[in-house]
Amino acid sequence: MENKFTKRKATEKLIFWFLGLMMLSSIAILGIIIFFIFKRGVGVISWEFLISMPMNGMTEGGILPAILGSFYLVTGAILVATPLGVFAAIYMTEYAQKGKLIRIIRIGVSNLSGVPSVVFGLFGLSIFVKYLNFGVSILSGSLTLAIVILPTIIRASEEALMSVPDEYRSSSLALGATKWQTIKHVVLPASIPGILTGCILGVGRVAGETAPIIFTAATFFSMRLPKSVFSEVMALPYNIYALVATGTSPQKQVPIAYGTAVVLLVLVLLINLIAIFMRIKYSNKNAN
Amino acid sequence: MLNWTTKEKIIKNILMLFAFSSILFLTGIIIVLFREGAPIFTKVGISEFLFSSDWYPTYDPPGYGIFNLLSASIVVTIGAMVIAVPFGVASAVHISYILPKKYKNIVKPTIEMLAGVPSVIYGLFGMKILSPFLRGVFGLPTGLTALTAMIMLGIMSLPTIVSLSEDAITAVPKSFRDASLALGANRLETMIRVILPTASSGIVTAIILGMGRAIGETMTVLMVAGGASLFPSNILKPVRPMTATIAAEMGEAPVGSEHYQALFGIAIILFLITLVFNIFADIAQQRFKEKVSGE
Repeated sequence: MENKFTKRKATEKLIFWFLGLMMLSSIAILGIIIFFIFKRGVGVISWEFLISMPMNGMTEGGILPAILGSFYLVTGAILVATPLGVFAAIYMTEYAQKGKLIRIIRIGVSNLSGVPSVVFGLFGLSIFVKYLNFGVSILSGSLTLAIVILPTIIRASEEALMSVPDEYRSSSLALGATKWQTIKHVVLPASIPGILTGCILGVGRVAGETAPIIFTAATFFSMRLPKSVFSEVMALPYNIYALVATGTSPQKQVPIAYGTAVVLLVLVLLINLIAIFMRIKYSNKNAN
Repeated sequence: MLNWTTKEKIIKNILMLFAFSSILFLTGIIIVLFREGAPIFTKVGISEFLFSSDWYPTYDPPGYGIFNLLSASIVVTIGAMVIAVPFGVASAVHISYILPKKYKNIVKPTIEMLAGVPSVIYGLFGMKILSPFLRGVFGLPTGLTALTAMIMLGIMSLPTIVSLSEDAITAVPKSFRDASLALGANRLETMIRVILPTASSGIVTAIILGMGRAIGETMTVLMVAGGASLFPSNILKPVRPMTATIAAEMGEAPVGSEHYQALFGIAIILFLITLVFNIFADIAQQRFKEKVSGE
């Protein structure tokens, strides 16, 4: 009996230890990747690199147009996707009755989020670039990216709206406010932090998306900054791909790719970190 | 001035239009894919398109068979899951069930943060660091192989699988665990006999979503898989999965040409595969919710 008991205990210890090892190695693997990118890229980065134009067919100079290009694309995508997503979420949580309709809308959202990014690229190419004749441009790229992040924003807004306690709604309605007044003045303000978190997560995701912009917005090398929403742009993620995959002088271009990767990685990790902290803080506040 | 009931009604209807935007875009994607891609099915024939291994879109006469590309996508995805599932599920179990709470509050956000690392970064690592390493280890002519793609995709899917499985395990009601412990089972037995069976459909959802992400992943495979449209009989040789084919060739295919249609045809197949994955994930999720709510 005594022997069997210690054996049970030993097995438990062994297996838990093994699971811990798997967990640590998973994090270590992901950490190694980030470490290597930083190790090779940090040396490239300087103020010059961030604020100057590329030169000599992208073999020298900085990545200013790629930073600005990504900024324009992301801003455009968020400006389009946020109202769409928030209004959709308001209907889903505040108005729609449980039933077939809401089930169909949910299926639509979850399937849209599963569409491969390259398929969004083809859609953008066919509709925005060709059919609506926006050309390869900031506009086409932003609209394509807006569709990519729409599900993220809808889900986050839905969660934020649902976490607003029902007492808020009934108090406002009892005071004689209409449903829309209640939403506008009570429910929406209370859910802003959650919606904002969703938007920030969306920014993080869309800043790194490459496949949707290859055919809709991105160009490898440009001597000038974009003039209007109909200009094609350089973008950070596409720049990394183009430098290592199609670049003609690797000795000069691969270091620039690593530098660009560090800039992109720092941006994305920082954005995600902010979103995660906001969510933790906000959910603690709600729990109290 | 509109009276308030009319105004409320108008607002409600406008909001409903917004709510249908996802359906609208999804339908739009389906229509576009079929309008641009369906002609290739009638020209070549669906079975020829799917099961012929001659992908020579720029030759004369051209070949539009995607069997090798489809197989490459499937083989690479399976390989990625062989790597990601054991590591991912073990990590999730450890984080949700064994790790003390103060560490969990650090580890979980870290993994969520890593889930945001863009695929092109993994592509860069795979291409410039992992691939030369594998070439050296196996003495290969090129390090850009199916295996390289599998490893990189496996690592990429890790955060998704860990995070979602962890949610599933944490969602198992504490009363289940307490009941089992009270009956004299130790923590390991409780985990194997009670927690994991309850969380299993949630974990399955996580794995299916990870697979969907892996098969649709474009930049990483474009950069590390090598790009040769061979049948993936040897994982140490280059392959060309479907997503990589679309991304690599779309730029050079004239709009409306057969090649262009064939690339949209590939996108149709890809879209249908991810659709099926999503539906299965949905079913598993539904089952999980029923189980956890104790019905």
